[in-house]
Amino acid sequence: MYTQGLQEAPPKAASAVEDSERMARFQARIDAEEKIEPKDWMPEAYRQTLIRQISQHAHSEIVGMLPEGHWISRAPSLLRKSILIAKVQDEGGHGAYLYSAAETLGIARSELIAQLLSGRAKYSSIFNYPTPTWADVAAIGWLVDGAAIMNQIPLCRCSYGPYARAMVRVCKEESFHQRQGYHAMLSLARGTPAQQRLAQNALNRWWWPALMMFGPPDTASQHTALSVRWKIKRFTNDELRQKFVDFTVPQALFLGLTVPDAQLRQAEDGHYQTGPLDWSEFNAVLKGNGPCNAERIAERREAHAAGAWVREAAIAHAAKRAARAVA
Amino acid sequence: MTPPQDWALYEVFVRAKRGLDHKHVGSLHAADAAMALEHARDLYTRRQEGVSLWVVKSADIVASAAEDAAAFFDPAEDKIYRHPTFYDIPKDVETL
Amino acid sequence: MNAVTTPAAARELTTYVLRLADTSLVLAQRLSAWIGHGPAIEEDLGCANISLDLLGQARLLYAYAGELEGTGRTEDDFAYLREECDFLNATMAELPNGDFGQTIVRQCLLDLWRLELFEKLTQSTDTRLAQIAAKAVKEIRYHSRYSSGWLVRLGDGTDESHQRVATALVTLWPYVAEWFAADALEQALAERGVVPSVAAVQAGFEARLAPILREATLTRPSNVDYRWFGKRAQHSEHLSHLLAELQSLHRAHPGAQW
Repeated sequence: MYTQGLQEAPPKAASAVEDSERMARFQARIDAEEKIEPKDWMPEAYRQTLIRQISQHAHSEIVGMLPEGHWISRAPSLLRKSILIAKVQDEGGHGAYLYSAAETLGIARSELIAQLLSGRAKYSSIFNYPTPTWADVAAIGWLVDGAAIMNQIPLCRCSYGPYARAMVRVCKEESFHQRQGYHAMLSLARGTPAQQRLAQNALNRWWWPALMMFGPPDTASQHTALSVRWKIKRFTNDELRQKFVDFTVPQALFLGLTVPDAQLRQAEDGHYQTGPLDWSEFNAVLKGNGPCNAERIAERREAHAAGAWVREAAIAHAAKRAARAVA
Repeated sequence: MTPPQDWALYEVFVRAKRGLDHKHVGSLHAADAAMALEHARDLYTRRQEGVSLWVVKSADIVASAAEDAAAFFDPAEDKIYRHPTFYDIPKDVETL
Repeated sequence: MNAVTTPAAARELTTYVLRLADTSLVLAQRLSAWIGHGPAIEEDLGCANISLDLLGQARLLYAYAGELEGTGRTEDDFAYLREECDFLNATMAELPNGDFGQTIVRQCLLDLWRLELFEKLTQSTDTRLAQIAAKAVKEIRYHSRYSSGWLVRLGDGTDESHQRVATALVTLWPYVAEWFAADALEQALAERGVVPSVAAVQAGFEARLAPILREATLTRPSNVDYRWFGKRAQHSEHLSHLLAELQSLHRAHPGAQW
């Protein structure tokens, strides 16, 4: 998951009729590190920003179940199969927690899901990349979940109470995801030459997309300032990206793998400097031209459509039961 | 065409261990109460987070309004004599 | 107490344990395909939990089979390196998921049978098997609650849902027969008190099923003659596909550690 959505579709400007006094009180509360709770007055732009961010986050978790989920049936050992099921299940759980947080802002989950299925809502572009091998599953855990944690830990202190609380639960569970991913990668890296090749190829595929998960560079990011002022976002994209690189490069070295960046070097201050990121690719995937955009949404649509009769039947049964209880 | 009806929203409360209160943890969707309880189990207690669950339809919760907060809660602010620390007791008086 | 006193007895028990293990594994493999594709997110989580329990059962049982066999075969050797003709799962477990209704009917029938069976296995004269059953029975009790709850909702839901599960029940019912057609192995083990009598399990299964079908407004189909015997490795044509997928990666890297 990540918060790329904040960089596009700017929130509606606060309408003039919104009471400046209430606005001041709202900002004072945020400045005092008090949480905003569902029934509090809040600027419409704050509400819309949060709905968009939380729902994109939720959609990312749900779509994110697919690329790894495709390997559940082929996981190479019963233990890895169990771990992967538990992990993909957690992603579903995170989606559910987050939809639940978004709903406190006055929008129904069914509406949010409709936005996803119609293609109106965004989700993290990272899940539009394919998982052609088992090693990609390991790389997702290590790199994608690692980047996600970096993004998400600050969100545990987000000004909006339900989002912050959901993120506390999500973050607790995500660290299992990252560790199991690295652990799986370690087995490959220490395995046969064929396994090592799988691991290196997967790192080559996921390294740059993982760095792009933090969103465009700060110089090109439109909304960071407002989100920072509202304490929805607490660090800039570039700050988090740098932190991720600094943590991850030594982990790759430990695995004996090569980071696919000829220009990567460690500066005198200890930070790793990467070569330039290819933002044209990022933008192409974001616009829907990634390798798997169409497949992911088609898969979600199909599942949703196939489940319609089940959801309706459960409602019909509950209604019958209620009618019988009255009679 | 009318959009399909959503499953009802339920709030979930988990007792982490015996001796503690049930604590609100979030919400979920379910078509009926039995389903809500099972979903709560699968969604909120995958890591032994609880020993008991409550689910209640969100629509059935009666909540105080944010705009009433001042009227509801501020009047307690000056009743400092309700708190034990209000009373200065000579040091020599023990076990009080 | 240990029921294994002779090599022949050990072989019999190994075969029986593999029947149980293979049924758990194959069903987990089928059910886990719903993760990411269920009718609601909460159902994805429910199916995942059941799959995890089933995998856990399979692993415990394979470990025990390996010990009984004394060959050092591991859980992964059993799961990944046997052929279709070596698998001994109940045939129903290997049948395709179909729609959610068919999955629920399959799950409910298997849950109620296995609940009855594992409850009785907790009394096995083989203490190890009894211990494994005691752990599994708690899980299966939850699974049957989940699947029977859904069967009632779908059976007594809309006309469409009723029709779908009624059809699924007719499709799947013939595969029940295998569970209650005792063979020489089951009879021999039952005589030593290692496993319950098939007749007792059947009576318990029918007693559990009847009220659920009534509430679901479904009719128990009549028994039919034709039977499949996955438990004796006579499978439907679906199992080899399932195993091809399950085993593909593991077999592509002989001897690799994961």
